[in-house]
Amino acid sequence: MTTFDLFLQQAINGLSLGAMYALLALGFTLVYGILELINFSHFNVFMVGSFIALWTLQQFGLFGQETILVGLPLAGVLLVTFTVTMLATGVIGVGIERFLLRPLRDVKGPAAMITTIGVSYILFNIILLTVGADSKNFPNPLPPLQIAIGGAVLRLREVLIWIIATLLMLALTFFVQRTKLGRAMRATAQDPEAARMMGVEVDRVIMTAFFLGSALAGASGLIFGLYYNFTSFLIGFNAGLRGFTAAVLGGIGNVPGAMLGGLIIGLVEAFGGQLIGSAWADVIIFAILVLVLVFRPAGLLGRLAPNRS
Amino acid sequence: MSEPTDPILEFQAVNTYYGDLHVLKNVCYTIGRGEIVSLLGGNASGKSTTMKTIMGVVRPASGRVLFDGAEIQDMPTSERVRRGIAPVLEARRLFPRMTVYENLEMGAYTRPKGAGFAQDLERVYTLFPRVQERRGQIAGTLSGGEQQMVAIGRALMARPRLICMDEPSMGLSPLYVEQVFDIIRHINAQGTTIFMVEQNASMALSIAHRAYVLQTGQVVLSGTAKDLRENPAIREAYLGELQVPGAA
Repeated sequence: MTTFDLFLQQAINGLSLGAMYALLALGFTLVYGILELINFSHFNVFMVGSFIALWTLQQFGLFGQETILVGLPLAGVLLVTFTVTMLATGVIGVGIERFLLRPLRDVKGPAAMITTIGVSYILFNIILLTVGADSKNFPNPLPPLQIAIGGAVLRLREVLIWIIATLLMLALTFFVQRTKLGRAMRATAQDPEAARMMGVEVDRVIMTAFFLGSALAGASGLIFGLYYNFTSFLIGFNAGLRGFTAAVLGGIGNVPGAMLGGLIIGLVEAFGGQLIGSAWADVIIFAILVLVLVFRPAGLLGRLAPNRS
Repeated sequence: MSEPTDPILEFQAVNTYYGDLHVLKNVCYTIGRGEIVSLLGGNASGKSTTMKTIMGVVRPASGRVLFDGAEIQDMPTSERVRRGIAPVLEARRLFPRMTVYENLEMGAYTRPKGAGFAQDLERVYTLFPRVQERRGQIAGTLSGGEQQMVAIGRALMARPRLICMDEPSMGLSPLYVEQVFDIIRHINAQGTTIFMVEQNASMALSIAHRAYVLQTGQVVLSGTAKDLRENPAIREAYLGELQVPGAA
């Protein structure tokens, strides 16, 4: 492989990782934008999502890599799996908000944030105790199609991940920018009290943010499985931390920022791993985070202080 | 004083607290349909708390708030807006990163789009040609006066029967103050009741029909604007600028 081929290959890998992190980052950003709450349960909602996806694929008789689907059956299986996974994680997110976080809504201090850490560990242990500690082989029904671009390889699964992630992000952007509830969400993020006095039901907006963020985490968990061909109760921490870092890097609370941050983290991980070894990739990712925060505390696209009185 | 016979809003012995702080003490107001009523008072007298109690952002510990004869003190804010109360908030409080048009859309939030939306938009644009010019602009980049026009326009988009205004003249240049008060009078003449907190007492009394004076959470004085303008205590406390020799 030439240097250029390597570059191209890592760009392909980085974009796929970036898509996964961007979807995760959006969940952090949507909730933070409205509640100023860092929702650590998001880490393991993502992990649970990848198991829900695994079980859903198994319902179609798909185990491991032996069954290959093409055409309509493939599209159908993917559509159903994404839908089921996203609905399930969305409902989990709404449940966490409704029953565990809403009672703490007006409690000052870190109570709600600590609760999200607790919920994260509960999810973690539920999966550990019910599924076990071994990694699980993730079904991959995609035909092994690939094209060579120079010495680099672009596989069908990467193209698919890009398309799905792009569609989800376009859908979210459309929702936030163009629908009434999306507009209420932005208004609430900018001035919750004023939004309330326009007649916005803030509880409903918060619930929507949790639903959408958690659904995207589910999609991200499914993409993780398709990309790495495994899942495990442990995957939440590393991916979640990258997703969170991506949200902060882009400017937490800022939707395009989360997408950009995710992409950057994915590319840095891929190129950093290539250039100086994957063990160093984490060091680079978090060094970049620290540098950005030192020189641009609000993140790349963020604003320092929300406009509130 | 002459109590209005057809009240749209009433406070009956309302007590509101912030924690241990007793902010509104047994307050009673009666706002008649079609009136402009001013609420005067110094800092921390409970004026803004009155507005928040009407909108349901603060709940009274006791007493009743009636809108159109129905008790609303326990209703969520959204229901109050739906019933026809809209706020013009202190310091405008536009959604700063939304366009002017989106801010107006937010004003109509509780009404299904299509239900006279275009017509109401037209009304706001006619009232404020400047707002129409700026409709695509990000609200946070407007001048204070322009923001106040959008804030009033946003309230009108709710097609309210009562508008609660908190300091509509605050931070505006004298030219804009004149304009804002003209607009308030105009909106009132078209049938909307106005309940207005205002620091600028002489302006407020010049357009109001009646007024209440609030002092540390208690109504200490009320009456027609004309009576209050002539009341020596008011002249001294709130209309200092009229204390010019020879001015009557």
